Amino acid sequence: MGEPVIALDEVHRSFGPVMALASVSMRVEAGDYMAIVGPSGSGKSTLLNILGLLDRPTSGSYLLDGVETASLKDGDRTRLRGRRIGFVFQSFHLLAHRTVAENVMLAEVYGRRSRSGRRERAVQALRRVGMTHRTDFSPATLSGGERQRVAIARALMGEPSLLLCDEPTGNLDSRNTGAVLELFDSLRAEGLTILVITHEDEVSSRAARRVRIADGALVEE
Amino acid sequence: MGPRDLWEEALAGMLARPVRSALTTLGTVLGIGTLVITLGIAATAGNQIVGRFDALTATSVIVETPEDRVGWNDVAGLARLNGVESATALAQSEKSSNQSVTANAVIDPTRVSGQTLAVVAAGPDLPRTVKGRILSGRFYDGGHSARRDRVVVLGADAAQMLGITDVRHAPAVFIAGRAYTVLGILGGFQRETSLATAVLIPPALGPEFGLRSVTRVLISTRLGAAELIARQAPLMLDPRGGAGELRVIAPPSPTRAKDGVQEDVNGLFLILGLVSLVVGAVGIANVTLVTVMERINEIGLRRALGAGRRHIAYQFLTESGFIGLIGGIVGACLGIGVVVAVSAVKTWTPVLDLRLALVSPLAGALVGLLAGLYPALRAARMEPVEALR
Ligand SMILES: Nc1ncnc2c1ncn2[C@@H]1O[C@H](COP(=O)(O)OP(=O)(O)O)[C@@H](O)[C@H]1O
Ligand SMILES: [Mg+2]
Repeated sequence: MGEPVIALDEVHRSFGPVMALASVSMRVEAGDYMAIVGPSGSGKSTLLNILGLLDRPTSGSYLLDGVETASLKDGDRTRLRGRRIGFVFQSFHLLAHRTVAENVMLAEVYGRRSRSGRRERAVQALRRVGMTHRTDFSPATLSGGERQRVAIARALMGEPSLLLCDEPTGNLDSRNTGAVLELFDSLRAEGLTILVITHEDEVSSRAARRVRIADGALVEE
Repeated sequence: MGPRDLWEEALAGMLARPVRSALTTLGTVLGIGTLVITLGIAATAGNQIVGRFDALTATSVIVETPEDRVGWNDVAGLARLNGVESATALAQSEKSSNQSVTANAVIDPTRVSGQTLAVVAAGPDLPRTVKGRILSGRFYDGGHSARRDRVVVLGADAAQMLGITDVRHAPAVFIAGRAYTVLGILGGFQRETSLATAVLIPPALGPEFGLRSVTRVLISTRLGAAELIARQAPLMLDPRGGAGELRVIAPPSPTRAKDGVQEDVNGLFLILGLVSLVVGAVGIANVTLVTVMERINEIGLRRALGAGRRHIAYQFLTESGFIGLIGGIVGACLGIGVVVAVSAVKTWTPVLDLRLALVSPLAGALVGLLAGLYPALRAARMEPVEALR
């Protein structure tokens, strides 16, 4: 295998006196499907925010696709984030007043890509998650599982190196959870790198790798 | 992010809350509307008052001269001045204004056939200068005066009082017992209407009534020349003497009348309009701030999707600027409508500076942009981690 997608080395993150992450080192190779589990307050979201370039480590080094991110300026981090990372949130974060297609197309609004063919690319992404039949619907008409699949389609726009999912099934019932997990399986089969944060065993057990986090430190299982 | 993407995102943001967006424009609508109404009504009313200085008043200059100052021939030079259409000298005194005039030599003691009328010596140009109409016969000319012909022309009302309706048979009138032939009847005076009750005599006959020199000069000017002529006429009539001794009666300057009106109206209402505009701006700022707070999650999502801080700021600025622009357009339309309606009711001619129609939307957009500045900065400064929580 070539360069790791993620290479964390001795990453610390503290909020004043609170040490949210203590010396975290980890590697995620391209094509990995990895779950990070841990109780509430253990530092999962803090880790995900750093991995997603939404937050900076207090110290340590973070290479994304071989690029050292700690020294990058805000604007460069923003561009890197837009290009390399697809986010999937627990609460979907779909814009209620836009159609499904428009929500997916939003992922390209801040990129360099030209507008031409944007809708086709959105439909393509929706095909990967099996939601083309809802292309011009309002998100309000969709079930939770369908909404999450649309959100995943949005994250897939632009072919990111990494899918970062924060409790992606936290708002879903078991049937919809199953559908989303199946989707992850098929995306993984396509070669996508997926990192899922969860506290549900059902979710973490599907991942190829599981890492436990406790009090800001990682323990591989 | 291209301009089209920016515009589409901003438009979608506004359309997501259409009622709020519409209400937000109200402040700007009121502010711009008030300003347009103020400026429009001021211009319209100002123009209206200028309009009341009809052409007749605006082209009339009168010079009053002390006795023995201006000779009859001095007036001829006036008529040559550029801007003068015609000029006529008059002579009239208190004594000449109360002359007993009869239409018949035979004094019938049983009838009161005599009238007390004013005798006025006037140059032969009088009909033109007062824009009168010869109802019968003709006016005397320079020849009559030169030959000292004993002729008169009656003002229309004077003729009626004396029972003279036409002059075909050369009727005579008797003034202070002396006979004069009536050459014509002059009516339709548009200025110096008091001459309608006068007996007009050629200058040469003036001394018979104690009228030795010119007492008044009537000047009819071209439109717009009155001010200039009012300054030149005294110098022309009396180059030697202090011009101050001649009293000039000129129409008030129309431009000054206009300014006076506009200043009155504008002062208060302009302040009112600006205050409403500021209130409108505060309204936009307020609502945009509330909107920013409500859309924190959306801001976080956009940042996660690769939006930089400036993209977030641009979007909120575009939204507030556009809301201001719409407010400006609607305000200008309403304002223009009110000006037209008020003009219609008052039967005025609405006067609107077309530039207002262009400047108003721009002013509205500027107000919106300024008002959106603070909320946009707040939105841009938000940390994506916080915004997504
Ligand atoms: N912005 C912050 N300011 C202060 N403390 C924070 C902040 N974010 C997280 N923490 C603290 O860091 C620790 C880890 O939090 P978090 O990563 O959200 O945990 P998890 O997602 O696993 O529930 C917690 O003790 C939390 O209180
Ligand atoms: Mg968390």
